[in-house]
Amino acid sequence: MNAPLLLDVQNVRQAFHKPDGDELLVLDGVDLTLRAGEIVGLLGRSGSGKSTLLRVISGLACPTGGTVNYLGQSVAGPAAGIAMVFQSFALFPWLTVFENVQIGLEALRVPATEIRRRSLAAIDLIGLDGFESAYPRELSGGMRQRVGFARALVVHPNILLMDEPFSALDVLTAETLRNDFLDLWAAGQLPIQGVLLVTHNIEEAVLMCDRLLLFCAQPGRIVSEIPIDLPKPRHPIDPRFRAIIDRVYVEMTTRPRSDARPEARIERYAGAGIGTMLVHVSSNLLAGLLEAVSTAPYNGHADLPAISSDLRMEADELFPVAEALQMLRFAELAGGDIRLTEAGDQFAKGETDERKRLFSLHLLSYVPLAAHIRRVLDERASHTAPKSRFLDELEDHMAEDAAEETLRTIISWGRYAEAFAYDDQSQSFNLENPT
Amino acid sequence: MLIDRLPISVLKSRLVPDRWDVVAIALVFGLLVYLGEAAHGLTQPLAGLEATPISLDPWKLIGYSARSALRMLIAMIASLVFTLSYATLAAKSRRAEAVLVPLLDILQSVPILGFISVTVVFFLSLTPGRVAGAEFAAIFAIFTSQAWNMAFSFYQSLRSVPDELDEVARGFRLGAWMRFWRLEVPFATPPLIWNMMMSMSGGWFFVVASEAISVGNTTLTLPGIGSYIALAIEQRNLVAIGWAIGAMFVVILVYDQLLFRPLIASADWFTLEQEAGLTPSRSWVLTMLRRSRVLRLLRRGFAASLRSASRWGQNLQRPKGPKKPVAQKPTPAWVDPLWYAGILFITLAAVLKISFFVHSGVTTAEIGHVVLLGLATLARVIILIALASVVWVPIGVAIGLRPSVTRIVQPIAQFLAAFPANLFFPVVVSGIVAWHLSPNIWLSPLMILGTQWYILFNVIVGASSLAPDLRNVAENLHIRGWLWWSRIALPAIFPYYLTGAITASGGSWNAAIVAELATWGKERLVATGLGAYIAEATTAGDARRTVLGILVMSLFVVLLNRLFWRPLYAQAERRFRMA
Repeated sequence: MNAPLLLDVQNVRQAFHKPDGDELLVLDGVDLTLRAGEIVGLLGRSGSGKSTLLRVISGLACPTGGTVNYLGQSVAGPAAGIAMVFQSFALFPWLTVFENVQIGLEALRVPATEIRRRSLAAIDLIGLDGFESAYPRELSGGMRQRVGFARALVVHPNILLMDEPFSALDVLTAETLRNDFLDLWAAGQLPIQGVLLVTHNIEEAVLMCDRLLLFCAQPGRIVSEIPIDLPKPRHPIDPRFRAIIDRVYVEMTTRPRSDARPEARIERYAGAGIGTMLVHVSSNLLAGLLEAVSTAPYNGHADLPAISSDLRMEADELFPVAEALQMLRFAELAGGDIRLTEAGDQFAKGETDERKRLFSLHLLSYVPLAAHIRRVLDERASHTAPKSRFLDELEDHMAEDAAEETLRTIISWGRYAEAFAYDDQSQSFNLENPT
Repeated sequence: MLIDRLPISVLKSRLVPDRWDVVAIALVFGLLVYLGEAAHGLTQPLAGLEATPISLDPWKLIGYSARSALRMLIAMIASLVFTLSYATLAAKSRRAEAVLVPLLDILQSVPILGFISVTVVFFLSLTPGRVAGAEFAAIFAIFTSQAWNMAFSFYQSLRSVPDELDEVARGFRLGAWMRFWRLEVPFATPPLIWNMMMSMSGGWFFVVASEAISVGNTTLTLPGIGSYIALAIEQRNLVAIGWAIGAMFVVILVYDQLLFRPLIASADWFTLEQEAGLTPSRSWVLTMLRRSRVLRLLRRGFAASLRSASRWGQNLQRPKGPKKPVAQKPTPAWVDPLWYAGILFITLAAVLKISFFVHSGVTTAEIGHVVLLGLATLARVIILIALASVVWVPIGVAIGLRPSVTRIVQPIAQFLAAFPANLFFPVVVSGIVAWHLSPNIWLSPLMILGTQWYILFNVIVGASSLAPDLRNVAENLHIRGWLWWSRIALPAIFPYYLTGAITASGGSWNAAIVAELATWGKERLVATGLGAYIAEATTAGDARRTVLGILVMSLFVVLLNRLFWRPLYAQAERRFRMA
């Protein structure tokens, strides 16, 4: 591609300092380019650092290492030609639609008549005519995000950054907005040259992007690049489209996690250390997926894209469940497929007591944190241990909120397995399960 | 507001004034004239005060209430200015924050009533021979009853601006000035309005208390409802007290309708989702403001000038041309230690000064005695809060579960909370004198007379926000009687009840200063307690004992908050949240 280079990100590294002075790596060695006329997608699970990367590129956050070059100039602080659309819309609730759109121009000291002209043009372009005097709370989600788009476009940015712009909308609204955006983009009516889209919706990414960058977590980095040279507009029922979707699933299930230990055996099972972040997945979801895969038509072996659409679960909802099952060795993920292990099949077919027995066995055998908590409780004469004890340990490995979520997960799994109990009043673990 | 810039509203606009315009003009100019007359008194020489003594003529009450209302307004404006500057400084500067926030916390616990005599002397010395000095002292007393919680609310809002709005502001490179007026102030407005209303409620009490001030053997009486009632007490005139109560009723009603209903209703503009509010967001004044074209023009003018001011600030801040990022210069390493050492030094000096000051005239035995008096007042506060809870919790729950009753009772409870209870004191005190009752017991209820309503209206809010599904479940399972109260109603309202009880308890300490020592003509009633101690020291002009009393009372309030209310509240929050 010979289109001019808009953005050049080299070896970006982002680390946060923890209170004890250690570093927590969020992004590591990220390289990325964006050329004029391109829509590039960043695809990855929530918490993989995609949003952080977007904030580094926009100049809202300063990277610990590496360089971000925008039109040949280093980005330090919010840059004029880069605008962002937010997942949560981020509208000022006390300003009308018109005032929300204007604010970026006012900050740029554009003359009042020019502000008015350009704002009306942006409102017109994005389909907000008639809503100028409305306050954001009077609008539906879709209309709110249109305001978000108009506000970003009115400053005529070269690069538009989109942080999961459609994920807070219902399916139909998201589709409408996406199509409207793609139509305007295709018709060259948008005052932008390149788009960087962060998403966790695989179908959306394949529908919109010219190139996909797959992100993996802990620390966030780009593990592969998938060019998509299908002509636009694209159709999800097109076999070539399905083939690319399948490829994305395959890439996402076969890539080893960056924190995998060198031991070959453990490498197959994601996350095998005390410091592995556990995404909160309820035992109902775990049981539900096991049951779905074990019964017909899958009979213990399912294609992930197929089961994703069958269960109406987005990839980012499905993956944490599947990975938790893999960690508990109830299932294996490979080549875009999920296959139940013998224990997984047994669980799916078992009654409540049998399920709990299996779950407890696997939890204490394969989730080191659970085993650790249980061991500490067994060793102590009082059989209790404060939550803060484990929280501190976890915070050596991950950020505070990740540590909180990991503990929340282990509490809920431990309760289901009846491996240990937790008392929220005293914020402590104990072994007193009521019998 | 921007509708005016769009052609469609131009088409709709007519130029003929309508009835709302007439009402609006009458109100605006009437208010201006009224305030102008009241303000005229400020520049009078002090001697004039004595030349025109307070009269019990009911007609004079119109002028007096104007003066009282004006004091309240000025104090509120001063509190707002203080809030915008103090809280902003605390939120923006790490060094200032370390000092200013704890300071605010303590100031909130200091019983201001005891300080009035001290501040009067100070302000009189600033403007010798002018009424303004005494006026400033009164306004300062009202200000101190209002400013702290407003500043605290604003500070907390500044610290909790949502991340994504902050990112938008930074992404579009809003300057600090524009950011303040477009993001921070609007975001902080709804909680600030709520706190202003709470401040106002507490403030009327101080308006009444601060107008007739005795310092040693001189008594300053500023024209106002408070002085009127003080004179009525001296002359044992119950009818005049009735008139004063009536006048206060009207003043608060006017304030409520003209200022707070519109403010609360307009606070809705600032929020994204409509939350279940404490008050119905309807206001005839706001409707008028919105409908009246004359006022709309004024408001547009105001909004436009604010906008251009924020733009102007933006222009001023940013040099033209492309902005080169400048690396922030880190402050030298020696600044921090120096700053904190300075604070430590000043703190030590203050502690020494206070202890020398108090100790030079007060024995250790007396300090012990004062602490015992504090325990007596503490016992009163606890018993009264418990009694008020037993009475108001069931009533509040009963009201809150019936939406139609809630709509009627809720504004009344709020109104009663705002009504200065000290106006009713003489009525009770005359009764105690007439029937020769024990002041130690019968003066106590006065402490909670004005503050019990906080318990009532918070319980009402709690009960009315109980999810209908939970009530249906209770009915479905035939949960009744004590089981219903202990498992459903009480846990559901507990956090709300605590909010009310904390406010009531704080207010009761302050009220103790005026409630534990009461007069009726020549008759003096004294209850044993810290409040009476402070009041006696103040009237005697004994600065040492005043400071000692206030110090001990502040300690009691702070300890009660830290050791009892705060842990309880934290636990309630943790236990009763769903997510």
